[in-house]
Amino acid sequence: MEKKIQNDFLRGMFNGIPIFLGYLSVSFGFGIMAVSSGLSVFEAFMISLTNLTSAGQAQGVVVIASGGTLIEMALVQLVINIRYALMALSLSQKLDKKFTLPHRLLAAYGITDEIFALCSTKENILKPNYMYGVIAVSTFGWVLGTFLGGAAGTLLPANVTSALGIVLYGMFIAIIIPPVRQHKNILFVVGIAALFSVICKYLLPFISGGFAVIISAIIAAVLGALIFPQKDGENE
Amino acid sequence: MSIAIYIIVMAGVTYLIRALPFAFFRKKITSKFLKSFLYYVPYAVLSAMTIPAIFYSTGNIYTAIAGTGIALVLAYFNLPLIVVSLAAALGAFLTGFIF
Repeated sequence: MEKKIQNDFLRGMFNGIPIFLGYLSVSFGFGIMAVSSGLSVFEAFMISLTNLTSAGQAQGVVVIASGGTLIEMALVQLVINIRYALMALSLSQKLDKKFTLPHRLLAAYGITDEIFALCSTKENILKPNYMYGVIAVSTFGWVLGTFLGGAAGTLLPANVTSALGIVLYGMFIAIIIPPVRQHKNILFVVGIAALFSVICKYLLPFISGGFAVIISAIIAAVLGALIFPQKDGENE
Repeated sequence: MSIAIYIIVMAGVTYLIRALPFAFFRKKITSKFLKSFLYYVPYAVLSAMTIPAIFYSTGNIYTAIAGTGIALVLAYFNLPLIVVSLAAALGAFLTGFIF
């Protein structure tokens, strides 16, 4: 594919096809998980349509299933998704002049890890229509997979759906391990976070799942920032 | 509590996190500590979410351990996300016939 597609929206959609496929399978797992946690297919679908984020949604369903408070829900989303603020800051540095305030408010909806990666690497200057193309194809995969997973969750045999419960966590491992191999500081942070998460689960069981993730992640990230501060330009 | 209210809070917080900096923030963060902290947050969050929850994700700790092992090995060799996550599920599914 050497010839560059001229239409920004179509080029965005084309480049977004791998995200579509990835989201389709991961959100299939989310749909199953949400329905098996007691949500309806429609509720799972609405969560995917309005949130467009894997980790936040998965932990959000845990909060709902355990009857957590709205404060807990808000804090869980804040801590898990705060990385999007950093990505939004980074993207905001390379926006085309066409990116007026209404465009920014609309396109902000679609800042995810994968869409950020595609928009920040494939284009020199980011135009609204390109980003909309990527978001459209990605969101379609995300909500379609959620719907199929939620609907199939009640149709598929139990041993299939329970095995698929690991899909999202498998993706998290696939995200974590390659940088852990290369960077000792990330290995340190990942190890500390896992250690505190295990401590919360087995030694402090009165801490709910959402708060356990928040506490563990903040301790690990603070220790990482204190012991291994980033050099300039390293955290692009 | 109504599930709709949960979803509204979830979606509202998540949207504001994305939209406020994207639409209104024009400066660069200069605090080294804050930059480092934000850099580490995704890894810390994903790790804390995965361990130990992954071992309970299939309803059978033995199939979950098998799936986790497969995911770790494939991720170590840098295989694509979709391959790692589906292979983990396949591993859990197949070991489900043994355990």
